[in-house]
Amino acid sequence: MFQRKTQLATGLIAVLLGIAVVVSIKNVTFYSEKAVARELDALGTNILILPKSVSIQDYYSADMQNDEFPEEYVTLLAASDLQGLDNLSPKLSIPVELNGSAFTLTGILPKNEFSAKAMWAGAGIFSRPEGCGQIAGLPSEADPPAKETLVRRRVIETLGGDEALVGSDVAAMLGTRQDDKLAVMGKTFTVTAVLPQTGTVDDSRIFAHLHTVQDLSGKGPVVNAIEVVGCCNEISGGLAQKINRLLPDARVVTITQVVDTQIKTNQMMSRLSAVFLIIIVIVGGASIANYMYANVFERRREIGTLMALGAGSGMILKLFLLKATVIGLAGGIGGYVLGTALAVTLGPRFAHVPVLPMPILIAWALGISLVLALAASYLPARRAARLDPCETLQEL
Amino acid sequence: MIKLECVSKEYNHRGGPVTALDEASVEISQGDFVSIVGPSGSGKSTLLLLIGGMLSPSKGRVLFDGRSIYDLTQDERARLRKAKIGFVFQTFNLVPYLSAMENVQIPLFLAGMDESRQTDRAAALLKRVGLSDRLSHKPSELSVGQQQRVALARVLANDPEVVLADEPTGNLDPETGQHVLDFLCEINAEGKTVVMVTHDPRSAARARRTLRLSQGVLVSSVQRRAQYASQ
Repeated sequence: MFQRKTQLATGLIAVLLGIAVVVSIKNVTFYSEKAVARELDALGTNILILPKSVSIQDYYSADMQNDEFPEEYVTLLAASDLQGLDNLSPKLSIPVELNGSAFTLTGILPKNEFSAKAMWAGAGIFSRPEGCGQIAGLPSEADPPAKETLVRRRVIETLGGDEALVGSDVAAMLGTRQDDKLAVMGKTFTVTAVLPQTGTVDDSRIFAHLHTVQDLSGKGPVVNAIEVVGCCNEISGGLAQKINRLLPDARVVTITQVVDTQIKTNQMMSRLSAVFLIIIVIVGGASIANYMYANVFERRREIGTLMALGAGSGMILKLFLLKATVIGLAGGIGGYVLGTALAVTLGPRFAHVPVLPMPILIAWALGISLVLALAASYLPARRAARLDPCETLQEL
Repeated sequence: MIKLECVSKEYNHRGGPVTALDEASVEISQGDFVSIVGPSGSGKSTLLLLIGGMLSPSKGRVLFDGRSIYDLTQDERARLRKAKIGFVFQTFNLVPYLSAMENVQIPLFLAGMDESRQTDRAAALLKRVGLSDRLSHKPSELSVGQQQRVALARVLANDPEVVLADEPTGNLDPETGQHVLDFLCEINAEGKTVVMVTHDPRSAARARRTLRLSQGVLVSSVQRRAQYASQ
């Protein structure tokens, strides 16, 4: 086993490092993907429809711009035969000043107004099929949400024309509480809920009924943005492009573009993982095969002796493959331990996500390492099994 | 027991055929002690390998207990060697990183014996060759004579019917060589067939019968009356 220690160490280190890097990447990628999923879930909606001229810098403030498009677009979408549109949330935002501080008054359309329109209801809005991109916690008739759920779900069940929801910063700065009266642009609203803190621009918003805000702004039936909960499968099947064809004057942005950087990082990690896997196979495999060939050559006298003592070719093959198994196990276990240690210590620093050890990866590491070691050793082992015992025992 | 029928062996060397053994016919009965002598390159080792099922003949048949061994597959011949044939090599061919005990255990392991019986038998065999105090020694920690004794213990491990020895005293001093020959005579007296290749006429004379080879041709066979006389 330990003849040619340097060659053995080279082969083992190549496999171990390769496995370690791939385990590390897979581990970090897994937690990074979970972070993306959490982010997507926190955003709630996954498609934004904006005026053509608008460029998106921040998802939460995408509607806070001066360009508008007709509210009729909502009707067009609802009446269309597009599959995978699950929630439409049109918004109109206007800047307001209260007690010397700048806030945003955002008009939203409550869900009950969609349901009230027979045409929209017939289009299948809010009746998404089971399992189609279902986002946990989406409001439903059976489970009417509290008004605070607007923060996360971007949709609200009911909202009267003189009702308002205020963000946490607004409430704090104005000293506003639930059921207080709040005068905005000359209209008095009843604060039906103070929204929990989100850390986004939503904290500085006052939410009111869309039509009320439209009246206050004097802009007529227009909106700045429509937020859409789309079915994931349909999004990947080109829902954004279909919406764009229906609304050629609008700009359609999917959430994947918003979290593009993180998704790109994950994709890069996956590609890196594949590259390292190829490197392991080439470098590790070649090192092990080289070590095994050298080992067979050096041990040919032992092999001849064993054959003279009655060992069959199967036994010789088994002996070398057993050795390969030991190398594979060592490389797999060592690679898993090293890779996990790297992921747990370096993951939070470079990928900015907490990383925990993933026991499932040990099966993966052992599988790759064993298959690689056995495959690389098979030909040398077969050569050993086919050696001519006479040639190996030269003095005879 | 062992019968060679017109056996020839030709090698290709540098593009030309070389005849190592030419039309050799010989019969070795059970319990015989045969020495094979002849100058270097006369075909002695080739003959030994042919008998041991390690080298297939170019022509003729080698019969072991009436069965043509080269009509068997390679693995069947390996099984035959494991069960009935033991080899003693000039350079002992001990596995350097295994202890004396483990070296003797090899044939027992190959025969599928369980480990406790392996160690018991290996210890008994090493005791028989006078190495009961060297069980855990590696070959490099043993003298040349002790290494050959380990090899002799190993050859007896599976209780073979035939022992094939290639220059078993070639690397030994005369005194140790005598001990090895004594041992071969002893196991022959126990009923095992011994075939020994040697350069040394004095060693050859310890056998019951001597076969002389010259340029691959079996030129004579001398039967002795007085056997096992200490030379």
